[in-house]
Amino acid sequence: MAATSQVFRVIRGRRFGRILVPAITCQNCSRSPHPCISATQPHSFEQRWRHQVRGYRTSPAWHTYYLTPPQVNSILKANEYSFKVPEFDGKNLSSIMGFDSNQLPANAPIEDRRSAATCLQTRGMLYGVFDGHAGCACAQALTERLFYYIAVSLLPHETLMELENAVESGRPLHPILQWHKHPNDYFSKEASRLYFSSLRTYWQELLDLSVPGEQPDVAEALVSAFKRLDNDISLEAQVGDPNAFLHYWVLRVAFSGATACVAHIDGNELHIANTGDCRAVLGVQEPDGSFSALTLTNDHSAQNESEMKRVRSEHPLSEAKSVVKQDRLLGLLMPFRAFGDVKFKWSIELQRRVLESGPDQLHENEHAKFIPPNYHTPPYLTAEPEVTRHHLRPQDRFLVLGSDGLWETLHRQEVVRIVGEHLTGVHQQQPVSVGGYKVTLGQMQGLLQERKARISSTFGDQNAATHLIRHAVGNNEFGMVDHERLSKMLSLPEELARMYRDDITIIIVQFNPHVISGQ
Amino acid sequence: VYLYSPAILWQKETEHNLKTAFKTAVCLWMILLKCKFCRVLGVSCNVIKPKDVARLHPLVNIHDLVGALHLPGDSVVSPPDVNHALAVASAAHGVQIYEHTSVNHVVVKKGHVTAVETDRGSIECEYFVNCAGQWAYELGQSGEVKVSVPLHGCEHFYLLTKPLSEPVQNDSPVLIDMDGRIYTRAWHGGILSGGFEKNPKPIFTEGRNQLEIQNMQEDWDHFEPMLSALLRRMPGLESCEIQQLVNCPESFTPDMRCLMGETPGIYGYFVLAGMNSSGLSFAGGAGKYLAEWITYGYPSASVWPLDIKRFGNLQSSRTFLRHRVMEVMPLLYELKVPRWDFQTGRQLRTSPLYDRLDMQGARWMEKHGFERAKYFIPAGKDLLALDQSKTFYKPDWFDIVGAEVKCCKEAVCVIDMSSFTKFELTSAGDQALQLLQRLCANDLDVPVGHIVHTGMLNQRGGYENDCSVVRLSKNSFFIISPTDQQVHCWSWIKKHMPSDPQLHLEDVSWKYTALNLIGPRAMDVLSELSYVSMTPEHFPSLFCKEMSVGYANGIRVMSMTHTGEPGFMLYIPIEYALHVYNEVMSVGQKYGIRNAGYYALRSLRIEKFFAFWGQDLDSFTTPLECGREFRVKFDKDTDFLGRDALLRQRVEGVSRRFVMLVLEDHDTELDVWPWWGEPIYRNGELIGVTTSSAYSYTLQRHVCLGFLSPTNTDGSPATVTADFINRGDYEVDIAGQRFPAKAKLYPFSSLFAQQKRRKDDMELSNFQSK
Repeated sequence: MAATSQVFRVIRGRRFGRILVPAITCQNCSRSPHPCISATQPHSFEQRWRHQVRGYRTSPAWHTYYLTPPQVNSILKANEYSFKVPEFDGKNLSSIMGFDSNQLPANAPIEDRRSAATCLQTRGMLYGVFDGHAGCACAQALTERLFYYIAVSLLPHETLMELENAVESGRPLHPILQWHKHPNDYFSKEASRLYFSSLRTYWQELLDLSVPGEQPDVAEALVSAFKRLDNDISLEAQVGDPNAFLHYWVLRVAFSGATACVAHIDGNELHIANTGDCRAVLGVQEPDGSFSALTLTNDHSAQNESEMKRVRSEHPLSEAKSVVKQDRLLGLLMPFRAFGDVKFKWSIELQRRVLESGPDQLHENEHAKFIPPNYHTPPYLTAEPEVTRHHLRPQDRFLVLGSDGLWETLHRQEVVRIVGEHLTGVHQQQPVSVGGYKVTLGQMQGLLQERKARISSTFGDQNAATHLIRHAVGNNEFGMVDHERLSKMLSLPEELARMYRDDITIIIVQFNPHVISGQ
Repeated sequence: VYLYSPAILWQKETEHNLKTAFKTAVCLWMILLKCKFCRVLGVSCNVIKPKDVARLHPLVNIHDLVGALHLPGDSVVSPPDVNHALAVASAAHGVQIYEHTSVNHVVVKKGHVTAVETDRGSIECEYFVNCAGQWAYELGQSGEVKVSVPLHGCEHFYLLTKPLSEPVQNDSPVLIDMDGRIYTRAWHGGILSGGFEKNPKPIFTEGRNQLEIQNMQEDWDHFEPMLSALLRRMPGLESCEIQQLVNCPESFTPDMRCLMGETPGIYGYFVLAGMNSSGLSFAGGAGKYLAEWITYGYPSASVWPLDIKRFGNLQSSRTFLRHRVMEVMPLLYELKVPRWDFQTGRQLRTSPLYDRLDMQGARWMEKHGFERAKYFIPAGKDLLALDQSKTFYKPDWFDIVGAEVKCCKEAVCVIDMSSFTKFELTSAGDQALQLLQRLCANDLDVPVGHIVHTGMLNQRGGYENDCSVVRLSKNSFFIISPTDQQVHCWSWIKKHMPSDPQLHLEDVSWKYTALNLIGPRAMDVLSELSYVSMTPEHFPSLFCKEMSVGYANGIRVMSMTHTGEPGFMLYIPIEYALHVYNEVMSVGQKYGIRNAGYYALRSLRIEKFFAFWGQDLDSFTTPLECGREFRVKFDKDTDFLGRDALLRQRVEGVSRRFVMLVLEDHDTELDVWPWWGEPIYRNGELIGVTTSSAYSYTLQRHVCLGFLSPTNTDGSPATVTADFINRGDYEVDIAGQRFPAKAKLYPFSSLFAQQKRRKDDMELSNFQSK
């Protein structure tokens, strides 16, 4: 029963859900093939947990169900996406060669989101990983909106002026972003008008504040965009919308939450803005060819001393014990910074007022009505990001952005090793040289065929993110992918999956060392 | 190109008499078709059985072989020895050789080469030959006047082994295994083996790495498929020790043929480069022809397929070359199927109608960078995948083209022929007319609006160009030539053009879209669009009028179709192209109009016995040899180029004659099709080669065009008479099988009785290769 013991090991290592309240309903995820199980009958977490454990113990049928390698591949590759920065005839002039991204859901529907886009009116590319909790509404809103806020914050005064004039006179807008989206990454149509008007208000304010001829600072722009979007989410929920559906939607966005980790890469300048516990790790190739990890973000959680200090310092001493309990904010929330989550931001009166005026569906939602205990001096939560700036060096080969689902299963050093070996294994091998040794043609042929086989044997994962997920889910004690284990983990019933693993979202950006060393 | 290889080695042996070791060789060509070329050239070759292969070369694994092609006369030479022998021999004749000297640039004054600037000073010269191999492109670009030498380097790997325990004999044959993409020969008791891989590595695209050639990286992983192929063919080599893997870049051209000849626009600037890895085997013949070219002004045989003027500046993009040579290099060892179209470097020049035609199912071919529709696939019908449609038998487009031809015969078709080379020659006085009268064999002093089909001949009476000239006004002419004449014809006219500021030649190819309306209903379509009667009474054949078509005014409408069918060519300023096309298509609807492509045109043309410049006609073919004496006006006032040669030939008679051969007993479904290059036998004796062929949907037979060049018993060329041709029994050898054929000197007319053929229909044009 080696397999069972492995499964138990996983259970011990897992935390279930990052917020200890039932999830707000998620009806809008219409593109998702899975029905929302918890949507119609919210029950307390304890009930669900007991139910699930019992389910596992009494009906062990699922773990005799095996997936074939092609089935495993089709699950792992369902959401994979690759983008190569267009080359001019084999020459890539960008510091970025391209990126691979992938997602593996554990929640049904998945609460993680990802985004990638090229800024068209300024230089650089944006990558973001968003980990939603209490539903996917907030994370969804972030994928659709955050990059626009960032892109607008980066625009110089003149471009903003053009933008505003174009909208004013009804001319078509030059696109601001070029999205690189997987077909499953949807955008909601209903809210786009509302989102646009909020965005426009934002750039109008930026227009008033900015000075002609001045380039916005990337770090400041990132902070400003993060804070502004969170503010807009909060405001939209307070103001509401005459359209009942939209009204309900903005409330769901505001009452759910999401952490975000966004990278902006322009030439050799890398900026990471992080809010919450997603993580960005840089893969650095050492002179001996091995890879080491350089973490560019700090988790905003109880494990981070300075975050603990910050949270405690923002509230009166009397709350010192209650503000962080069991490593959770107010004993409830794991990330210490997040978008949305207005229940940790609004005053109690505001929350009551908004809920009363809100649509009926909200009244039945326990999560929304529930007021956190010891809720005395809101806000307890902020979306302000921590921005890290890094000047890319030729040895910086790739950047891994991942939701906590990845980092919980694999150590960052392991992540960087797997990705590094995959990328170099696929793209380059040390060339063979005879160099004066006695080698026969037969020996050489054997060696060459072995090398060829090695290249094609990496499970055929062209996508580094898929390869990483395969390891994250299927690694055995020896750090090798175990097909049996992988098959079990992927064939877990929907309601059980979340107990063994979290949603995993990964973006791997590969740098172009030739361009970087050239600059 | 292959034709040159053995022939040239011959010449090398006889002319230079070099003391280099010649060895016999076996070539393992797996294709029987190859054999016929060699026989035509007089190179001895035979197909041998696998066990004979084993006898000739004991190392070869013969278990999967069906047979091999043996060239007993093939030989091996060592490049350094050849070089040395040549250097010694030429130094004895006073040639000075400067080593370790780099050429900075070539000095050109008034269109003539005058000197070469080197890092050790300048050398005055009258002629300069750019044979810088890999760097010929760069050298061409280095001067003030740029010369376009379209070639690109690819890494080329070959393996040297240490001597085998039982050393390979020096006289053991050279082995070429095209399926394995490798060649092998003996080398100091061991083996030298290389190949032309499927995935070549282009190199030096930027062209600034001249010094790196000394220490190119070996790439064993890249060589693996070739090593495996070698060990499969010669398993006994497994225990043989490696000496070295050599990376020796070779240069390749966009069409797999080398570049030679005088560059357009600069007199005295010659090029010999881009040998596609066959430099040594071509060297003797290429050197001979180039020497003749420099000395006499032209080589002693037609080398148009190798002439650098088949390319222009448009093939000089490094990106284009890089991509194209990656496709060309693997083709060296691939079976070349008929109607092969390159897949890379496409969509460079297109007509404004390209998208419209593409949406209607056009499948494209490329000529001189220009996309032309081959045929149109009807909606809902799909052809075989590209790989499967490579065949020597009946192709999958057979019925599609048949339907297009039928429509041309019975209703009306539109063919976009914008790729044609179009020049305008104008002058203040009558200089333009004088120049054309000198260049053209036909009489150009015709009333305004007339179209004249004429050849532009050289001193020997051979075709330098075959074109249609329209007299637009008293002193301006519109010259329509084949597509790939763009560079050649331009330089031919320029060469003979007096430097008169009042005489002006302009290339207007890009300014006009040409639509060919072929078919009996073409005149109905046009008259509906222009409210002008287009019947032959009002618009006789070979006339040009500027008129309106739809809303567009100033369209040049010409009553000719290049096929012998009734119809019109429309020369449309490009901005009107879409409008005119749309109007023609919508009005033509009720007449059953449809799009057609070049394959239909080709079939129509060949069944009417129209020759094709560049394939049937070349600079060594005279009008008398192809039955076009009626287009030569000996009695016109001007002494045109080639007149004397033609007069002489008229007295002496011709020694070769262009004929049309109609195949009999050829099963279109089951037999291999003729394409071109098939040997022609008369009364069982080899007498000529076909130059083009097509299936005639009207005759329901294959029609081949080709030249008969009989010899007397002593081997000297014999005179051909009509009687001689009519009295023979002919056979065409297609892939080893001989099919009886009827030879004809003039096109069928009775079979086309339904079309009332006017007397001057005979003159309708004939240059499909445009």
